[in-house]
Amino acid sequence: MFDALKELVNYFSDPKWSFTITTVVFVAALFWRRLWTNLGGLVMLVGVTLYFVVSMFDENFRLVVAKPDNVPIVMMVYFVGFFVWLSMKKAYDNDERIANGEPTFEKTEANDKIFTWPDLVFSEFICMVILTVLLVVWSIMLQAPLEEPANTAVAPNPSKAPWYFLGLQEMLVYFDPWMAGVVLPSLIIVGLCAIPYIDTNTKGNGYFTFKERRSEIVLFMYGFVVLWCYLIVVGTFMRGPNWNFFGLYEYWDINKVEPLVNVDLSEYIFIKMLGVGLPSFWLVRELPGILLLLLYFVVLPVGLTKLQFFKRYYDDMGASRFYVGIGLFLTMMLLPIKMYLRWAFNLKYLVHIQEFFFNV
Amino acid sequence: MLKDLQKAIVKSQVWKSIFRVGIPTDNRKRAMAMLGNVVLHLHPIKVKKSGLRMSYTWCMGGTAFFLFLVETITGLLLMFYYRPTVEYAYFDMVDLREVAAFGIMREMHRWAAHAMVIAVWLHMFRVFMTGSYKPPREFNWNVGVILLVLTLLLSFTGYLLPWDQLAIWAITVGSNMARATPLLGHEGPGAALLQLGGTKLIHVGSDARFGLIAGRTIGGGTLIRFYVLHCVAIPFVAAFLIAVHFWRVRRDGGISGPV
Repeated sequence: MFDALKELVNYFSDPKWSFTITTVVFVAALFWRRLWTNLGGLVMLVGVTLYFVVSMFDENFRLVVAKPDNVPIVMMVYFVGFFVWLSMKKAYDNDERIANGEPTFEKTEANDKIFTWPDLVFSEFICMVILTVLLVVWSIMLQAPLEEPANTAVAPNPSKAPWYFLGLQEMLVYFDPWMAGVVLPSLIIVGLCAIPYIDTNTKGNGYFTFKERRSEIVLFMYGFVVLWCYLIVVGTFMRGPNWNFFGLYEYWDINKVEPLVNVDLSEYIFIKMLGVGLPSFWLVRELPGILLLLLYFVVLPVGLTKLQFFKRYYDDMGASRFYVGIGLFLTMMLLPIKMYLRWAFNLKYLVHIQEFFFNV
Repeated sequence: MLKDLQKAIVKSQVWKSIFRVGIPTDNRKRAMAMLGNVVLHLHPIKVKKSGLRMSYTWCMGGTAFFLFLVETITGLLLMFYYRPTVEYAYFDMVDLREVAAFGIMREMHRWAAHAMVIAVWLHMFRVFMTGSYKPPREFNWNVGVILLVLTLLLSFTGYLLPWDQLAIWAITVGSNMARATPLLGHEGPGAALLQLGGTKLIHVGSDARFGLIAGRTIGGGTLIRFYVLHCVAIPFVAAFLIAVHFWRVRRDGGISGPV
């Protein structure tokens, strides 16, 4: 029975399934009030813990999850889960108060000023003591990893970046290094910096709320929880030798062969559809992909302003804020789009100009 | 008897010269305690009650800062033992593990580093969820974003120092990205455009990756470069920006709360 269950989990942990499931469940859950109550939180906590405990009996699961350097990722899963729950619970509680015409929970206490000594100073002190104890215990219980001496001649398989960059390394499956390693990370930083200047919504400043800032919260959480944290989990727990996918209970077999026949958009169009062979001049060859990207980044944003939903934002934010914001948004969405194109059509590149290393 | 001893100490000239106020017993003294102490005066004298709640702040900014202090102290202790050269680095790690007194410092340094990365993310998440980046705190959010990047860079540069297989291959994977930097990496788009009379300006011995790891492959040059970045350069910038971050929290009206 357990074996069949493991097979099922293995099957559905494949990124094309687990990513879809994570996205759908995540967005749906944000709008489903009953998860964000004490009972909902407890059920989720017990469920996840039970899953971890039972799974630890599986040798392959244990091998990956119990690696000393992977412990922080298990921690991250718990912490992110807990704080998503906490913030959404507080947000929904406040939304209810606002709907009833009452002040938010924070508002009831905001004008109440209390002395830093002793309240703040002492709670800080207690936090420091607790943290110190936790760190000492953690350090005694778990030895920091130290492998064989560095040897540039023997590359481990898989070679992985530090765990917090594994989301970026996972992006390498879908993008070339210049995108996954340089351009997209830079745009994440730029995008984060731009948030306060793009977001013109004056509500929700200094208190938890969901109703008053739905789009902002869904977008940010989608980026943080799904695209960042989920990809780290995939990159850590489900990528084995040769960066092949391995189910959570699958043995990391170095000889696993994954047939990869990835096809460029230009090959689809010129060879499969038109049957004429690839044009020799790169501009002609890649014209379909270039046009598609122009359509995506130039025509689509302008077109969106005609839609009622986006028009409201356009009017509120003004043209420059709107186009910067939508540009960053579309860049972010390039990742899931490319993922699905890969899974559905084995698409390798939309634009493949090997002459200049310019591949998207 | 203990009470008498305590009284004697508190009344002594030495004690009074250090702690001018003593244990505060009234509001005036509570204020004086905060103003008269260089560490405590980072805080205002009074704070919003809503901003004190753990369920509001999650204590994550404070945790991140505390872990930064832990990293500084344990890191200093580790520097007494560790020599950043290819000959010694790995064996100094083995010594730390096997023979050095307080060798547990390495564990504390590593686990606190991982925890700090998570704490900084969660701090950012909290600040986002409470909309605390909104005016007038836009600039401080940006300082925070840079501190987040610095935290990751600190952790990344430190990852190489044990000089074991885990270290060099993780840094190899990470730094290989730099060779694909547009214009500045030898495998990046546009690099071929940078030519002078047919001579390539950007090649494997001159590109962004070469600058990052001080060589064509990870080696002794990388080790000393990452060591200096990890122990001196980035902490220095981070400490400065933390000061700016705290200063701006105060200037922008203290901990955020509903207006």
